Amino acid sequence: MAALPLTEATAAYRRAWPASFVAGGTIFGLVVLAALFGPLVAPFPYDQMDIMARMTPPDATHWLGTDEFGRDVLSRLLYGARLSLLMGLGATFVSLLVGVPLGLTAGYKGGRIDESIMRAIDLVISVPPILMGLLLLSLSTPNVWKTAFAVGIIYVPIMARLTRAVTLEIAREEFVLAARARGERLWYILAAEILPNAWPPIIVEAALRVTFAIMLGAALSFLGLGVQPPSSDWGLMIAEARPFIDTAPWVALAPGALLCITVIAVNLVGDGLREILDPRLRKGRG
Amino acid sequence: MIAYTIRRLLTVIAILAVMSVAIFSITQVLPGDVAQMIVGQFATDDQVKAVRGRLHLDDPAHVQYLRWAGGFLQGDFGKSMMMDRPLGPLIGEAMARSAVLAGISIVLVAVIGIWLGVYAGVRRGTRADRFISVGSYFFISVPEFFWAILAVMLFTGYLGWFPSTGYASLDEGFWTWARHIVLPVATLVSGLVAHVSRLTRSSMIETMQAQYITAARAKGLPENIVIRRHALRNALVPTITVLAIDVGLLMGGIVVVETVFAYPGLGRLLIFAIEQKDLPMIQAGILVVTAVYALANLAADLLYAFFNPRIRYGSSAAH
Repeated sequence: MAALPLTEATAAYRRAWPASFVAGGTIFGLVVLAALFGPLVAPFPYDQMDIMARMTPPDATHWLGTDEFGRDVLSRLLYGARLSLLMGLGATFVSLLVGVPLGLTAGYKGGRIDESIMRAIDLVISVPPILMGLLLLSLSTPNVWKTAFAVGIIYVPIMARLTRAVTLEIAREEFVLAARARGERLWYILAAEILPNAWPPIIVEAALRVTFAIMLGAALSFLGLGVQPPSSDWGLMIAEARPFIDTAPWVALAPGALLCITVIAVNLVGDGLREILDPRLRKGRG
Repeated sequence: MIAYTIRRLLTVIAILAVMSVAIFSITQVLPGDVAQMIVGQFATDDQVKAVRGRLHLDDPAHVQYLRWAGGFLQGDFGKSMMMDRPLGPLIGEAMARSAVLAGISIVLVAVIGIWLGVYAGVRRGTRADRFISVGSYFFISVPEFFWAILAVMLFTGYLGWFPSTGYASLDEGFWTWARHIVLPVATLVSGLVAHVSRLTRSSMIETMQAQYITAARAKGLPENIVIRRHALRNALVPTITVLAIDVGLLMGGIVVVETVFAYPGLGRLLIFAIEQKDLPMIQAGILVVTAVYALANLAADLLYAFFNPRIRYGSSAAH
């Protein structure tokens, strides 16, 4: 579809990004930078033990103190960022990769194909989220990728349902009918005609899923079904610090606080995205 | 309504049948020999063979499945490998304790969440609304297991008000029982209340803009009657769906909270089963939780249909 000519006023309005988007994006950007380059700037290797300096409170050498093995909490936090984000983003990617094509196909084809896809999705949804994770991770040795995959599968139904709902509306549009009349192939119609018009709500949902996936991944790690020691994501760090919260609270508080900050940041990005992509909401704000 | 109820009931049965096959096969296609995994890698061949015999692992898969599923229908849940006890009573007791946590929590979530949401929704844009919104934003962003740890730090370590872990039965006195239950329930409720109040708030705001609300106001009705009699009823319909979703989240939360607070419920039993690789217990536990969840969803759907007769229940008209 041709872009509508923008008047100067709307163009200026478009350029002003919502504050929540900027704030959330900045914080999340910093966390991503920490995940990418953290291991390079970390003051200590994440698994270097120092028995003489066990559970030292934060000081000049160890900015966030050390844990029960004398490992530097800040360094472990930076390494953990990588694993925690990997689980959150990886899981969301899996749910998009599986859910969006399913939703597109179901919404566009309708009929029996729609019915069978949606019934299969009802099945996946009929297991409570964390249990699906437990079921998928229960008996083989867990690792980051398996956890990310399991969490991703849990969120496939939400993605598929949303995509299907959007597709149902777009499939009736004239440009889709035109493409069909031209005799375009199915995958072309789905990928080139429908998807480009369907993505705004999907991307907003995906941003929200990242927060849920980070939290669920951390919870699974916390339960021992995610990242395995000695490497550590934030969830496992909190689990490992639990027995010492009375004597060394910083070991649990540091990853917990960072986890919350990250989740709030991604939530802000999601809200900002929704505001940018949904003009109705923008007007309603006034 | 009756036809709809019957159809939904049949769907639940179908879902459980398929899920039982899924649970059974996922635990069947595991890499490696289940018997070997149970007895450990240093076990002798005889020990492995004994376990295989006890679990009937040498039978064909469909025979194993039918025996397992048939047992369920007759109330025989199998036997725990690790504890060598029948699973029925084991799971039943644990589930009763979890149900106490879940029941108290979901009632609190509904009452507090709806109240906060309505309170904020009708005062949109005021300081109170912004305070509730920012607060719920914060609460939604903190994972349960971290709340649990913060709660233990503050109320057990620092203030010493509540025991950090464990469970007391009602026989030991109401207050002893209650003291053990406060922190787990508070942890479970914290995140979900935020969830419910946010959705109730936006639903309330949407409803308050409807024309029948303007009409009710134009009739000269006092504002609190407009809210209570006209707005609330319609605004709460989406909340029912949210509460149903929250039951699922609550079950996940219970697994975490029971683990942190060493509360002997179904969630902790399940984690224990997974740690010990107690196959029959994992299968039975997950199937039971799925069944409870399916019934909770059924209840929510029926409530939804009951409160919202506008919804047409054609085969694909429902979302």
